[in-house]
Amino acid sequence: MSFLVNLALGLLFGTGLVVSGMADPAKVLNFLDIFGTWDPSLAFVMGGAVVVAFIGYRLVLRRDAPIIGKTFHLPTRQDIDARVVAGPAIFGIGWGLCGFCPGPALAAIGLGATGTLAFVPAMIAGMWAARLLAEKRA
Amino acid sequence: MTEFTPWASLIGGTMIGLSAVLLMLWEGRIAGISGIAGRLLPPYRDGAFLSRLGFIGGIVAAPLLISLASGTPVSQTISSNVPLMVVAGLLVGFGSVWGNGCTSGHGVCGLSRLSARSMVATATFMATAFITVFVVRHVIGG
Repeated sequence: MSFLVNLALGLLFGTGLVVSGMADPAKVLNFLDIFGTWDPSLAFVMGGAVVVAFIGYRLVLRRDAPIIGKTFHLPTRQDIDARVVAGPAIFGIGWGLCGFCPGPALAAIGLGATGTLAFVPAMIAGMWAARLLAEKRA
Repeated sequence: MTEFTPWASLIGGTMIGLSAVLLMLWEGRIAGISGIAGRLLPPYRDGAFLSRLGFIGGIVAAPLLISLASGTPVSQTISSNVPLMVVAGLLVGFGSVWGNGCTSGHGVCGLSRLSARSMVATATFMATAFITVFVVRHVIGG
């Protein structure tokens, strides 16, 4: 049941990526190219998503618990450590090199482009390496 | 050049935000793609594997279903430079999990929760991405 609900929510998320233009790396790179062929569209993706989530989270978190499960799994840390700067700095360089962040890259798998098929296994290897390294240090 | 599409982008963004809210309502989790995808691999700490597989499966299936339904393939312009894409993939994968989030987890979910960590993270990856594109297109490529 939870698999099917998540499948539907993933479909909604993925459809949002395609409709918004976020799934096209060329559009992402042009968003990041302020001094060149700037396309500000993706500010509207982020704006729309944040406004909906800002309001929606406030409504949902009035509940004592989610529909399934006993508690909300919310991040509680508020400290700014080295990892929360270094990780995003590294991620941003990769994002700027190709225009893919994790969601759009996964959405692109089925379209089968050569660049995607090179990117996704490397991304998953990078994710796994970061997780294993973090667990080892913890 | 790509066309400026404020309405389509706003509607798409709304769908992404709605998906994040409904995931919180359903099972109380953040819709962060790097966190969900990164935990599809072992070690497994909780019983949420099938949920995560479903969410990622939906994201992978969405463009295919849209292509089928509309009769035109979803268009993409993407580099076919394999070494570049492998390096970019390693950086994106490592960096997003090392920093506990990417565009969705820190960007959408974290900012809407007014998380200080997510604000720092989002400002940092936006900055390095802007600088990278500037260097690639206007310093090296210019």
